Amino acid sequence: MSSYLELFIQSVFVENLALTFFLGMCTFLAVSKRIETALGLGAAVIVVQAITVPTNNLLYRFVIKPGALSWAGLDDVDLSFLGLVAYIGVIAAMVQILEMTLDRYFPRLFNALGIFLPLITVNCAILGGTLFMAQRNYTFAESVVYGVGSGTGWALAVVALAGIREKLKYSDVPAGLQGLGIAFIIVGLMSLGFMAFSGIQL
Amino acid sequence: MRSEMKRALLNPIVDDNPITLQILGVCSALAVTTSLLPSLYMCLALTTVAALANASVSAIRHYLPSSIRIIVQMTIIASLVIVVDQTLKAFAFETSRELSVFVGLIITNCIVLGRTEGFAMSNPVGLSFLDGIGNGLGYSLILIIVASARELLGAGTLMGITVLPTTADGGWYNPNGMMMLPPSAFFIIGLIIWAVRSWRVEQVEKPEFQIHEVHRTEVL
Repeated sequence: MSSYLELFIQSVFVENLALTFFLGMCTFLAVSKRIETALGLGAAVIVVQAITVPTNNLLYRFVIKPGALSWAGLDDVDLSFLGLVAYIGVIAAMVQILEMTLDRYFPRLFNALGIFLPLITVNCAILGGTLFMAQRNYTFAESVVYGVGSGTGWALAVVALAGIREKLKYSDVPAGLQGLGIAFIIVGLMSLGFMAFSGIQL
Repeated sequence: MRSEMKRALLNPIVDDNPITLQILGVCSALAVTTSLLPSLYMCLALTTVAALANASVSAIRHYLPSSIRIIVQMTIIASLVIVVDQTLKAFAFETSRELSVFVGLIITNCIVLGRTEGFAMSNPVGLSFLDGIGNGLGYSLILIIVASARELLGAGTLMGITVLPTTADGGWYNPNGMMMLPPSAFFIIGLIIWAVRSWRVEQVEKPEFQIHEVHRTEVL
């Protein structure tokens, strides 16, 4: 049990997808001007990450991994070169299904998250989470924890950045740094702050 | 036509740079810039994928129903990335290990999808191909600057060749360890943006909120 807690803490803080692996940067910088939108996007990332990482984990362990097809009697088939297409297909399909389900059964949630869902298909944090899962060969339970944890870490980072950028309105930024430039510097400082978590062992 | 092609090729390098102006493709790029050699492979991989994806999407753009265009573009890009990934594994295995998941992440690199969606869907094949190469070069320029700065200041080497002999090897240069860590990449890109925008003033963003300056004469 404690190893799952450790994996969770590690994926939220120590290996924060946004601040230590630079994943999902485009959306991270583009959708962090207001706290409300950042919260919406963060929630959408957690949900999608929690669904796609375990799904891709099943796909990886039972279809794609070298020798994974032994349950079908094909011991020496290696489909790992198909991994990327399969993962991105699963992610796109899952996002689409989630969008339709929310639209049908939870219209209020759909209105809040709706505009962010299409953005998420091309968010590198989602595919990155899956690729790290495959590279580190997580079990199914670990992949659930890792999916939720890495999504939470990303959401935390984007909400924090939005908070800082809202306050930044009142500061006197040099003309050339206005907007994107100062956002990069802030993310650098935040990333420096998150480095303090590295080396934490539970 | 000639000038249009030149524009598609050269515009993205400084005037409309994908990283510093369009905020595209920042994602997978930064983690590979701790040294120059892997960054060069990354640039090559991205430029190839961007150019070929642009050309292929442009070639089928009249037969593509708009409701499924994203998924078709993703499939084309993913197949190209797989080819590049397998090629790297075959001919530069060490580097491909170092790049780990980041070659795969070219699929979700917003430059590629952004250009196929924004340019190739409405332009002929040749022009789209050049636009892909141009954007790849714009991305490469930033990547090479960041990687050179980080490798030079962080380890005193360029492409593995010693330029500044470090104190550990009996030289004079005391390497800056932070350059090897993630935050430095953000600072360097922030500074590059500052430099580019001081040079090309028209790229400066308007502040969202202007503080009203109170002059002494108003108070009195």
